[in-house]
Amino acid sequence: MNALPQSADFAPPEAAAKAPAIRLERLGKTFDPAVGPVLDDISLTVGQGDIYGIIGRSGAGKSTLVRCINRLERPTTGRVLVADRDITALAGAELRSARRDIGMIFQHFNLLSSRTVAGNVALPLEVAGLSRAEIAGRIPPLLDLVGLADKAASYPSELSGGQKQRVGIARALATNPSVLLCDEATSALDPETTEQILSLLRDINRRLGLTIVLITHEMQVVRDIASHVAVLERGRLIEEGVTFDVLAFPKSAVARSFLSGLVAHELPPPVERRLRAAPGPDTDPVLRIVFSGDYAHQPVIADLIHRFPVEPNILFGRIDYVGDRPLGVLTLALGNGEAHLSAIVGHLAALGLHAEVIGHVSRLP
Amino acid sequence: MFLGFLSPALASLLLDSLTQTAVMVSVSAVLALVLGLPLGVLLVVTTPGHIFARPLLNRVVGTFVNLIRSTPFIIMMVAIIPLTRLLVGTSVGTSAAIVPLTVAITPLFARLAETAMREVDRGLIEAAEAIGATPFQIIVKVIIPEALPGIVAGVTVTLVSLVGYSTMAGTVGGGGLGDLGIRYGYQRFMPEVMLVVVAILVVLVQVIQLAGDRAAFAVNHRLARRRNSR
Ligand SMILES: Nc1ncnc2c1ncn2[C@@H]1O[C@H](COP(=O)(O)OP(=O)(O)O)[C@@H](O)[C@H]1O
Ligand SMILES: [Mg+2]
Repeated sequence: MNALPQSADFAPPEAAAKAPAIRLERLGKTFDPAVGPVLDDISLTVGQGDIYGIIGRSGAGKSTLVRCINRLERPTTGRVLVADRDITALAGAELRSARRDIGMIFQHFNLLSSRTVAGNVALPLEVAGLSRAEIAGRIPPLLDLVGLADKAASYPSELSGGQKQRVGIARALATNPSVLLCDEATSALDPETTEQILSLLRDINRRLGLTIVLITHEMQVVRDIASHVAVLERGRLIEEGVTFDVLAFPKSAVARSFLSGLVAHELPPPVERRLRAAPGPDTDPVLRIVFSGDYAHQPVIADLIHRFPVEPNILFGRIDYVGDRPLGVLTLALGNGEAHLSAIVGHLAALGLHAEVIGHVSRLP
Repeated sequence: MFLGFLSPALASLLLDSLTQTAVMVSVSAVLALVLGLPLGVLLVVTTPGHIFARPLLNRVVGTFVNLIRSTPFIIMMVAIIPLTRLLVGTSVGTSAAIVPLTVAITPLFARLAETAMREVDRGLIEAAEAIGATPFQIIVKVIIPEALPGIVAGVTVTLVSLVGYSTMAGTVGGGGLGDLGIRYGYQRFMPEVMLVVVAILVVLVQVIQLAGDRAAFAVNHRLARRRNSR
């Protein structure tokens, strides 16, 4: 499994004991048999209190997947369990009552233009049959939570995108759901507003223990708040796990390329072209080192120079933060390194760093 | 007053006709709204893929509505005389004219309301489904309020059309301004009566249109506007 130290932030010790919030069991969805399945045999488990990111390119089936969780879409095969309750088996009033336990926010907010902010937040409470007085009492704390206490009487047309999404969040939380589904919730927002909405979601996740399923095509959203991530490609789940691990060590080529905008797993084409599979008489080995956690702060290059008669040359590299853990990927050409290669890899492994030889480059004259 | 140039007898006739028109238009308008809105809702929600998909029912109701709408009003008035007798006991007079007017105008308003309600963003309906709303709650709390500006515009068109249709009500002895214009202005060759009738109709339609536009604006919150009216 995962050899890296777990960040305290992402994996509370009691995590193992908690029941899953959502389980998908061999979920499949086909709209048009001629086109083939849009979701193909997807099984995954979302733990209580997780922020579970699902990423994939446009058309991968992400929206269809979340919409199966609250049954806006009916799965063709498989089961969806929310808090151990089989959503796929429900219909009518039972389904509607189960939906009250699953909040949802949308890319385009989907607020009623005919209602004020307070009216929009009141809608799920009216639908649930609460009295006027009860509703009136529930609205102010909800608006406080999302920072819109002063906008109760405004109409959505008078709000900015970020404010509209805050109303969406307040509406989704009105019935105290245990799960919040987010379908590209920040994709219509500018980077700064995205940042604010994500930090609000993180805050709500921590304060209310709310489980969040978040689908997006934006890698940095996952990097910033998801504790777990699944990569969806053409309706199939190709990668799944703790966000840091998936980002640091993607198993599939597709995921690797998908993550390359964020983590330097792939070399830029000019460097890539120089790479040879086999060593030659005048080549240097190319080493990729994945730094994670505390190791990102170690003076690895200086250490190598100190211990081995090599001249490391940085070909490509980047350090990013996943949650609050640094993750760096560095690609080095080791001048005069062929002779010492196994010793160097062994040394790095002993330090707890992941190092692998990815090829060889001709020494430049 | 402005009818001063007409003889007192004519003036009082004009006033009677105006009253008849007002009665015909307002009563059949209220009936058309009450009957047409549910009909429009039915046409929307029974569409395949909508919240109460009933394709067969949708087809049947749609065909029925089209059938009425393609029948010329003048033929309709005569054709439904048995129904009129059944409902109001007589087939002549102002109240008798209300039956064909209502029958003719309800499908028009239903279609206008349908068009407005079809425009409601699917995303809003899905958001309501996601919070566990029933189809009825979605209709009452989402579809109708969101379509209200369009529905109000439909009411305006319906009222204006009703004023037009009502001028033919003389055919079944319904009276009204149109009837007066034909009988005096045309058959007795009193062009000033015709002129006054047309002038009143023009003013009536203008007033309806203006009031309708204002009402549609007042219920429309889709566009941001200066907050002075609230
Ligand atoms: N209601 C539908 N009917 C037919 N095809 C659909 C429907 N919804 C989605 N699809 C198809 O399913 C695929 C996945 O769509 P979607 O789940 O929206 O992807 P994503 O959210 O990852 O962009 C697309 O090819 C899309 O055309
Ligand atoms: Mg999508």
